[in-house]
Amino acid sequence: MCGIIAVIDRAGCPMDGTKIRSALSMMDERGSGEGAGYAVYGAFPEFADYYAIHVFFDAVHESKAAVDRELGNWGTVVHEEEVPTYENRNIRKVHTPWRYFFKPDPSLMPRSETPEDDIVMHLVMKINTTIPGALVYASGKNVAIFKASGWPEDVADFYRIQDYSGYIWLAHNRYPTNTPGWWGGAHPFNLLGWSVVHNGEITSYGTNRRFIESYGYRCTMYTDTEVVAYLFDLLVRRHGLSPEMAVKALAPPFWDDIDRMDKKERTLYTAIRLAYGSAMMNGPFAIVVAQRDGIVGFTDRIKLRPLVCGTAGSRLYISSEEAAIRTMEPGLEEVFMPRAGEPVIGRLGK
Amino acid sequence: MTIGSVPVRFRITVDGSRCMLCGRCVENCPYDVFRKESDTIHVNSRKCVACHRCIAMCPRDAISIKERPVDYRSHPVWTEEARESIYNQARTGKIILAGMGNAKPYPVIFDSLVLDACQVTNPSIDPLREPMELRTYIGKKPGRLEFRDDGDCQSLVTTLAPNLELATPIMVGHMSYGAISLNAQKSIAMAVRESGTFMGTGEGGLHPSLYPFQDHVIVQVASGRFGVDINYLERGAAIEIKIGQGAKPGIGGHLPGEKVCEDVSSTRMIPVGSDAISPAPHHDIYSIEDLKQLVRSLKEATEWKKPVFVKIAAVHNSAAIAAGIARSSADAVVIDGFRGGTGAAPRVFRDHVGIPIEAAVASVDAKLRSQGIRNEVSIIASGGIRESADVAKVIALGADAVYIGTAALVAMGCRVCGTCYRGLCPWGIATQRPDLVARLDPEVASRNVANLIHAWTLELSELMGAAGINSIESLRGNRDRLRGYLLDESIMRVLDVKPVGA
Amino acid sequence: MTRVTIDAAGMHYTPLNRRIREAIGAGADEIVITGVMGQRFIADGVRGRGTIIIHGIPGGDLGMFMSGPTCIVYGNCDHAPGNTMDSGTIIIHGSAGDAVAHSMRGGRVFVRDNIGYRGGIHMKQYQDKCPVLVIGGEFRSFLGEYMAGGLILALGDPGKNSGRERGIGSGIHGGRIIIRGGPLDDRCLGVGATQRPLSGEGYRQIQPIIREFADVFSLDPDPLLRDRYTEIVPSSSRPFANKYTWE
Repeated sequence: MCGIIAVIDRAGCPMDGTKIRSALSMMDERGSGEGAGYAVYGAFPEFADYYAIHVFFDAVHESKAAVDRELGNWGTVVHEEEVPTYENRNIRKVHTPWRYFFKPDPSLMPRSETPEDDIVMHLVMKINTTIPGALVYASGKNVAIFKASGWPEDVADFYRIQDYSGYIWLAHNRYPTNTPGWWGGAHPFNLLGWSVVHNGEITSYGTNRRFIESYGYRCTMYTDTEVVAYLFDLLVRRHGLSPEMAVKALAPPFWDDIDRMDKKERTLYTAIRLAYGSAMMNGPFAIVVAQRDGIVGFTDRIKLRPLVCGTAGSRLYISSEEAAIRTMEPGLEEVFMPRAGEPVIGRLGK
Repeated sequence: MTIGSVPVRFRITVDGSRCMLCGRCVENCPYDVFRKESDTIHVNSRKCVACHRCIAMCPRDAISIKERPVDYRSHPVWTEEARESIYNQARTGKIILAGMGNAKPYPVIFDSLVLDACQVTNPSIDPLREPMELRTYIGKKPGRLEFRDDGDCQSLVTTLAPNLELATPIMVGHMSYGAISLNAQKSIAMAVRESGTFMGTGEGGLHPSLYPFQDHVIVQVASGRFGVDINYLERGAAIEIKIGQGAKPGIGGHLPGEKVCEDVSSTRMIPVGSDAISPAPHHDIYSIEDLKQLVRSLKEATEWKKPVFVKIAAVHNSAAIAAGIARSSADAVVIDGFRGGTGAAPRVFRDHVGIPIEAAVASVDAKLRSQGIRNEVSIIASGGIRESADVAKVIALGADAVYIGTAALVAMGCRVCGTCYRGLCPWGIATQRPDLVARLDPEVASRNVANLIHAWTLELSELMGAAGINSIESLRGNRDRLRGYLLDESIMRVLDVKPVGA
Repeated sequence: MTRVTIDAAGMHYTPLNRRIREAIGAGADEIVITGVMGQRFIADGVRGRGTIIIHGIPGGDLGMFMSGPTCIVYGNCDHAPGNTMDSGTIIIHGSAGDAVAHSMRGGRVFVRDNIGYRGGIHMKQYQDKCPVLVIGGEFRSFLGEYMAGGLILALGDPGKNSGRERGIGSGIHGGRIIIRGGPLDDRCLGVGATQRPLSGEGYRQIQPIIREFADVFSLDPDPLLRDRYTEIVPSSSRPFANKYTWE
């Protein structure tokens, strides 16, 4: 389902949302007008150290007090505002997007090694499963998510993404099949620092979901992509895998390839497949995952979805179509298609 | 000899007092069951598949066939079928190949749905004397109309998308040349032209002798792309992309090389004797946006003049998939239920994968309506439509029209022996052997198929008339005119019908 | 010679194809399209002759169902150029995505640089129609999967194409894949494929194709002509004949 594009400026130079809007719209043929979204890292420099908790309210006066109370129980909101939106002919404000800049109180989760992240994760799961009419759709530091049901250009204009700048952008043009197009189901999916855009369908979703829920995550978005954000959070943040290793867990080598590796590697990959067999993602997918210091793009093991990369100076682009990248960046220096299951990584400062 | 012989499936006896030794059974049986020696007919019952050709041809009713003359010890779990499959696979180590549709005794939902009729509060209609409209359009309909005010009148601004016009909501589904004989295809072609309806080519290309019928032919583009070129696409009245088939969802097809004779080779555009392998997926469709791309590529190639259908097997997520298809520019979605027929399918798929057409149509119709896109596509239901009542019921559940397959073959003589994969069909239907094909006379067989469509159409009119409905649109999706009889509540919720008495 | 120029910048593919059909119908010899950026289906189902020159990055399914014309692309192609193509030629001065020449039944596709996964999947031939896919650079796994006929010729540096790909010729039951250098490690071959050194006869058959390829892209044909080649063919014409037992 869908078209994706992502860009990182590895030197950290900010880009505004104008070009990515054009690039994503260029791929309208890949979508159905039922969902589009953008993520931008570096969006809130003045609140960079606070969790930017984004909530869709069905009705502010009905649900907001409960959310405020939850947040108040676990920390301090230093600033909050309704996300500015600009209704157009194609998008009406069926939810009210709101953002809180939140500082958790680490003393409230004394046994955790990452108490702040754990508190925020707990809050996201709690709010999404217990407060009707409120859906937390982003919770990372210095990252903004803009998504809705509609075509990419309309969603971009609804939020005026050209008013935001950042060093990483992710964008997604949706063609839903498993679930109806709704705002929460639009990509990018975000949890803490992780944002995910995804083209394809994860046929192992049922397995992945049962796996990830056993670690306290709750799938509430009615779509397969959500688990990818949670899997990265679990594998990288909580289990300490590098992003490369996490990709190898999610799209591992085939057993016959493993059989030919030297003993050390063979043991490593055997261990990965035994430990994380339920995290392995099956089916067609091309995915880009972003976190604060970089992006990683990868496809399924037999390359059932397209993924093209391009570079220009400090910028790395990853997309479903080369034409989309060239729409953003006519002067590409290099264009390449990564191999199946092999991560393409762009790191800040490298 | 660890396993030894299993009991014969059919026991044939020839009544010597009746037999006149004409030898027709010997001539007619392609499975070599009968042998005539001096003044006796000898039989080898083990070779019999119960195709009934001998019975049909015996002038003296001398032959009888008894199914399962030797019983296994009965057991509710270790059925005969379970045991025999194990013997078979223990011997061969292979996948069991079967024919026709699902043979497991799952309950048939149609048989637990009853139709309504008028009494007192509104009059039933006599369809022979009063107007009765069965004309059906298959294709995209406008969601709303736009008009321009031209002074004192309004003129239409909206342009209509290409639709197929059917005189009756009964079409004959896709059975390829290769799977069935050319005479069988010709018979169907003549019948649908006479009946004002359509047939599908299947994935076997279009034989030149069907060109005169091309305005009644839906050409199929399946994963093997056999016989597909621009000439083929332009000849079809519509183009159907086959994604899946109810009898074997999720897997491809395989026409073995021995069935690829000169003529089959020419329509498929592959060399004589080569296997025609249809991959499980279309290798240019791995995702919904790829489907949209194939739909549009076909429209673009034919300059947006042809409706494009997409056929899927009925599976758990059919409703959501159909909603995706409706947004792909496709004009119709064909849903093939798990009772759909096939020439050959792995038994494990035929019997265990997919869902019944009744539930699939109900959920697809509901999903499309809930998203306000029902007019974007027509729904064609297929897979286990056995009689006119099934047609009426599935239309009431939300379909626009049906494809029949097995029923049309039965009209041509098929006895549902389910041995199509042997290629020896004694009725000249599922075979390419010239002497067998010659047994099927298209002039006669087409009349049989046309008779069947005509009779069902009459019955459908009568059923509609009894329900006080004189236009098929008023039956479509009219679930109020159905009631569930001893259906469980969860199924009734899916079908959105009330129980009898409510 | 009549030439028609079309600026496709910002143009949808349907009007673009309409312009192409009109031009070919009017007898144009050359149609030059500039500013192409992601438009799918260029020359889809188009019949006739004439050369379509494309500057930019065409979208997927370039030349799908095409019957006759020549497309020359100065840029990279997206997925499946030559999809189910009937006849004609596609020349790509660049690389192309996955499923290049999918189900192609006739004509030629020349790719100067690399292609993605499943190149030439399910190509097939019949009578005088024998599709040819020539790849100047690298290919990826499942090259010639399900192949039923035609020729795939991979001219890329033998060192780069060996070893890492899997499933080459998987399910091949007709046609052949000829790879410069080789032999490949047997584990690179798919189910039902077998390899052998290209015969003298086979070599003579590919020589004119190599010369033409080199000519089209202004390459020196000699190193290509001098090298060894390996042929990948079906190990049986019925690789899956013994899969089933009757019910």
